[in-house]
Amino acid sequence: MSELTLTVMRLGFLAVLWLFVIVAVQVIRSDLFGTRVTQRGSRRESGRPQQAARQQAAPPQQRQQASGGGRQRRGAPTKLVVSEGILTGTTVALQGQTITLGRAHDSTIVLDDDYASSRHARIYPDRDGQWIVEDLGSTNGTYLDRTRLTTPTPIPLGASIRIGKTVIELRK
Amino acid sequence: MSSTTNPSTHHTSTIGAIGAPSRRNTELALLVFAVVIPVFAYANVGLAINDQVPSGLLGYGLGLGLLAAVGHLVVRKFAPYADPLMLPLATLLNGLGLVLIWRLDQSPRLQQRAESLFGSFSPDAPKQLLYSALGIALFVVVLMLLKDHRILQRYTYISMAAAIVLLLLPLVPGLGANVNGAKIWISIGGFSIQPGEFAKIIIAVFFSGYLMVKRDALALASRRFMGLYLPRGRDLGPILTLWAVSLLILVFENDLGTSLLFFGMFVIMLYVATERTSWIVIGLLMSAGGAVVVSTFASQVKVRVTAWLDPFGCYETSGACEQIGQSIMSFGSGGVLGTGLGQGNSDLIGFAANSDFIFATVGEELGLAGVMAFLLLYGLIIERGIRTALAARDPFGKLFATGLSGAFALQIFVVAGGVMGLIPLTGMTMPFLASGGSSVIANWALVGILLRISDTARRPAPAPASNPDAEMTQVVRP
Repeated sequence: MSELTLTVMRLGFLAVLWLFVIVAVQVIRSDLFGTRVTQRGSRRESGRPQQAARQQAAPPQQRQQASGGGRQRRGAPTKLVVSEGILTGTTVALQGQTITLGRAHDSTIVLDDDYASSRHARIYPDRDGQWIVEDLGSTNGTYLDRTRLTTPTPIPLGASIRIGKTVIELRK
Repeated sequence: MSSTTNPSTHHTSTIGAIGAPSRRNTELALLVFAVVIPVFAYANVGLAINDQVPSGLLGYGLGLGLLAAVGHLVVRKFAPYADPLMLPLATLLNGLGLVLIWRLDQSPRLQQRAESLFGSFSPDAPKQLLYSALGIALFVVVLMLLKDHRILQRYTYISMAAAIVLLLLPLVPGLGANVNGAKIWISIGGFSIQPGEFAKIIIAVFFSGYLMVKRDALALASRRFMGLYLPRGRDLGPILTLWAVSLLILVFENDLGTSLLFFGMFVIMLYVATERTSWIVIGLLMSAGGAVVVSTFASQVKVRVTAWLDPFGCYETSGACEQIGQSIMSFGSGGVLGTGLGQGNSDLIGFAANSDFIFATVGEELGLAGVMAFLLLYGLIIERGIRTALAARDPFGKLFATGLSGAFALQIFVVAGGVMGLIPLTGMTMPFLASGGSSVIANWALVGILLRISDTARRPAPAPASNPDAEMTQVVRP
């Protein structure tokens, strides 16, 4: 094999190797730059008209009472979603098990939050399969929508439970 | 809280990264590229050595392509949002490793050496292809069975025990094998396994689970002294234990690499978990102290230190010095652009030319430009690992990804530094590149776990649900 061919191959190989590195770095760029701002208000109105309309028809108190009945079985939540806070996006499947929340490391959802107590709250199904949230004597309280919990309370679908900076919801 | 207490601000916005949903097609394109480059290198070696395109080109290219395709399809199915770069980078390094091993198999010097020492020569490249296939198989198993990395959190203390057992196995009489003084292999039924490679993944589980629970105590309880937060005496317990264990490994297994890897990994994770620079200072002081003491007493370590300090002073008398000397000369004769694949003399290194010293072949045949490209490929894998740790939401995943990429980085530093003469040589192998089954299999598993964590981390958050405030304002509307 001639000297020239080998030299061309040698330099060509180095060029291809570096090309790969450069392409890889270009792929990384998309991870480094750019964030997306989602307008939650406008997005909801356009994206979920049906749900908004349905919930418009039922004021919060009525929704809570009705949720124990037939409506609940049809639309039983299947997952718990963290919608605000550092754990945003975490989901936990609801399969009849008790979900504990708090700073204790053996909680189902470990909250790394100064406002959370170590055993803050728990979410469990009652005999009818209705999901109940109960505050476990936390210092700063657990809020369902905007009311601070004092007794175990059924959770309406889509209502937000707030603990410190974390908001969780039950979804279908 | 303001968004719920003040109904007028229900136009809250969330800020998230723009993510093309999965980037699997980017990964596929890069993978094709990552298979083509080693095939090109393979043809290049054949043309340089035998003046013809090697006959195994098709089989080799198809083999590597098949492995990459299996890996890609499994990621597509089981981890669709995983990082798009890690699989192509690992595939490229593995493929180039195969080429370099095959190139050293063609060396008449190494063939003669094997025949005079063991009576026969068997090429390492086919074996390495088999190990790579096993590695991909383990990668597939990890992605299929490990649905959520948080499950590993349950096995914090079991994995500590398992890692210690794995690390001590080479010392069991009859099981451990002594290869050139270092006792880091075990041999079962003709196969020799390096349990330390697997232990590094398992011990990362223990470190992350342990530090996640203890980090508050280790970070907060401290006094300030000369700009450093000094921990309380009793909080020094874990680091002292780890230090003692790694010194014991060093003394009884004669392996600097493994002990450096485990202690260094613990210090990195301790620093990440507590954000206290003092742990790094303490860790460096302890490892320097330990290294000095051990290198004056343990004979095997002493040999390596001598070979590091002055390889050409003892070049004629000691095999270890000759190896390092040859390796340094390889890097030197490579120059900036290298001699070209198949045209170097790195086979003069002799023993372990295609395992511990494989990076010297890169240095000679691809030159500084090639070495830098390889180090960048490794650096990109580590960067993706750290990036995964940043994106992960749970503290266990963060620490786990940091620990795995930290161990990977340390291993590369230790091996590359060793063959270049920056630090004393240790008995570790370049991940994916070097010949050796345990290393390639364990590192594919490591990449699999990192992909699993990054899939969880990069999975887009579900669309924000309806805001109760906004609903109530709608109800009020007549």
